[in-house]
Amino acid sequence: MKFVDEYRDAHIARGILADIGRTVTRPWTIMEVCGGQTHTLIRQGIDQLLPPEVEMVHGPGCPVCVTPLSIIDRAVSIAKRPDAILCSFGDMLRVPGSSEDLFMARAAGGDVRVVYSPLDALEVAKANPDRTVVFFAVGFETTAPANAMAVRQARLQDVENFTLLVAHVLVPPAMLAILSAPGNRVQAFLAPGHVCTVMGWTEYEPITEAFRVPIVVTGFEPLDLLEGIHMTVRQLEEGRAEVENQYVRSVVREGNAAAMRVVAEVFEPCDRAWRGLGPIPNSGLRLTEAYRAHDAEVRFPEVVEEVPESELCIAGMVLQGRAKPHDCPAFGTECTPEHPLGAPMVSTEGACAAYFLAGRRREAVTS
Amino acid sequence: MTAPDASASGVSAREVPALACPVPLPPGDAVLLGHGSGGKLTADLIRTVFVPAFGGAELARLGDAAVVELDGVRLAFTTDGFVVTPRFFPGSDIGALSVNGTVNDLAMMGATPLFLSAGLILEEGLPMQDLGRVVASMAEACRAAGVRLVTGDTKVVERGGADGLYVTTAGIGLVPRGVEVGPERARPGDAVLVSGPIGSHGVAVMSRRAGIEFDGALRSDSAPLSGVARAMLGAGDLRAMRDATRGGVASVLNEIAEASGVGITTDESAFPILDPVRAACEMLGLDPMYVANEGVCVAVVASGDAEAVLAAARSDPMGASAAIVGSVEEGRGVRVRTGLGGTRPLVMLAGDQLPRIC
Repeated sequence: MKFVDEYRDAHIARGILADIGRTVTRPWTIMEVCGGQTHTLIRQGIDQLLPPEVEMVHGPGCPVCVTPLSIIDRAVSIAKRPDAILCSFGDMLRVPGSSEDLFMARAAGGDVRVVYSPLDALEVAKANPDRTVVFFAVGFETTAPANAMAVRQARLQDVENFTLLVAHVLVPPAMLAILSAPGNRVQAFLAPGHVCTVMGWTEYEPITEAFRVPIVVTGFEPLDLLEGIHMTVRQLEEGRAEVENQYVRSVVREGNAAAMRVVAEVFEPCDRAWRGLGPIPNSGLRLTEAYRAHDAEVRFPEVVEEVPESELCIAGMVLQGRAKPHDCPAFGTECTPEHPLGAPMVSTEGACAAYFLAGRRREAVTS
Repeated sequence: MTAPDASASGVSAREVPALACPVPLPPGDAVLLGHGSGGKLTADLIRTVFVPAFGGAELARLGDAAVVELDGVRLAFTTDGFVVTPRFFPGSDIGALSVNGTVNDLAMMGATPLFLSAGLILEEGLPMQDLGRVVASMAEACRAAGVRLVTGDTKVVERGGADGLYVTTAGIGLVPRGVEVGPERARPGDAVLVSGPIGSHGVAVMSRRAGIEFDGALRSDSAPLSGVARAMLGAGDLRAMRDATRGGVASVLNEIAEASGVGITTDESAFPILDPVRAACEMLGLDPMYVANEGVCVAVVASGDAEAVLAAARSDPMGASAAIVGSVEEGRGVRVRTGLGGTRPLVMLAGDQLPRIC
């Protein structure tokens, strides 16, 4: 199939693997930031085909995984209100809150709908003027432009009952938090190609300078990842620390100006707590004053009790690349995709679910 | 004819203990949508609620249909409910689906499907035109599959009590003498076939729901499998057959591996799949191995007969793109070889696949 098969060619993959093998002379730890990249790496078994010197650790770039418990609890409590319709992308529905997920809210009578675009949720709002429609705005810089556009359209078309429950997070502050944390092992990053399609890579240039870490903007197909890893290893071996772009078919340095404009009009940076990582300054987005009327948290200011995470779950360590999923005592026993304790076990992009579905188990790691 | 003697089984009718709480319920307070996904949650529900409640060897086999013997005649018997939204989707509709689904469950036991019943649950206010269209489609599907609908029932519920129209069908078929197929009969060395391109039905329904049309290229594969099943049965030692409905080929492969106590290894690139289906799966973040089919079956064949059975399958229009996709091995579980040369297990999914955020 065009635009897919050419990026999955086994012959070319073997060639790049051999190139990586010839380039590497000592151990390096590289973090792929995005959950989509983790999914491809594990599903295709790429991490096991790499030379033993190259260790891949899995970053926090799974939006489902880092959305804090309190926001999920808020979504569940809004979903149960008879005067609200909660619209969400599909994979948020199974994310466990402190006691329930959105599927359970739906089974209990809540009006929870899966949509494929925030603009679909806007249509739901127009069709149900007597109820407040809440779109669960989850994701990184990638999903922010479409969500911003939906709010802007709602304003232009006077759809007052359309709101966002905003849980947006930003990649660069999380990378800074990981690099600054005591015990950090990450020596280089594969930056998320889709985020950079929107934002470009100028934000990453100061990070390479301040922390002397190579950053390679990388795509999501097997050959993208192998090429990104090769470029990263070459920088590490040569002692360079620059931003390079592997994903040239999609990303330019300045990003998508129109998308960034609409995001800047509708959203502003704010401090945000990340599930597993804790609060990170300026790492989230919230609606600007001008659009605050479309903020679901303003419309439904329910008090949601803060509930601590499961004590067994080591999601925070996993999301910082300081532990592998199967290092967790609960992995595959108390915590499975059916009964996830922590969010990385829920979405197929979460590192724990990716490991579980790929059959990675404790004993499989010793090799 | 005398009534069967209950005391023969050691329990008289009056001594049956009161139903205090005979059914150990699965965890959770309420039924979730995932319990109907055909994946692991469904399997748990069947194992913990239904099988213990009713018992019986036929039910416990968990086949697509039960095979019962009466006066030396073996009958396949099955029932299935249809609640699909939307009612009409590219390539088929709930009416044809309700006939083909039951016909296929019978065909997968090696039976010749003969008679069907249908129960219709209609919501007050359903457009009469929709009902007419569904019934015409059922009649056409019966003709195509060579079965007769011989009895039925109609109920109407108040507006809001159902989503327009639900259909339940049951069916009876005759299992020819000498035919023995079952998910527990796979043996190491056997070949694994699929009868056609995977994922078409689920993607057609999901894309219609999502409003993604792909220029009409996505069509359900709903069709009777009785022809291709008969062709394969006549061509060699067919051990097991299963139509890969909810949960897709991945779930069926797991069910066969588990029932037979064997492992199965497949080649990802060997599975036939239409390009528009593959493209839609890439866009929606779905794995086609888990997407529902309504006219595709998985068959396990003795290795020496694999080529002959494959040729027979391909001689039927429903099996034109049949392919050998893997083999049965010693061990446990299902594995798939990826395009890059790695392998990964193909596990049962807990519930439905969910389209991803990005």
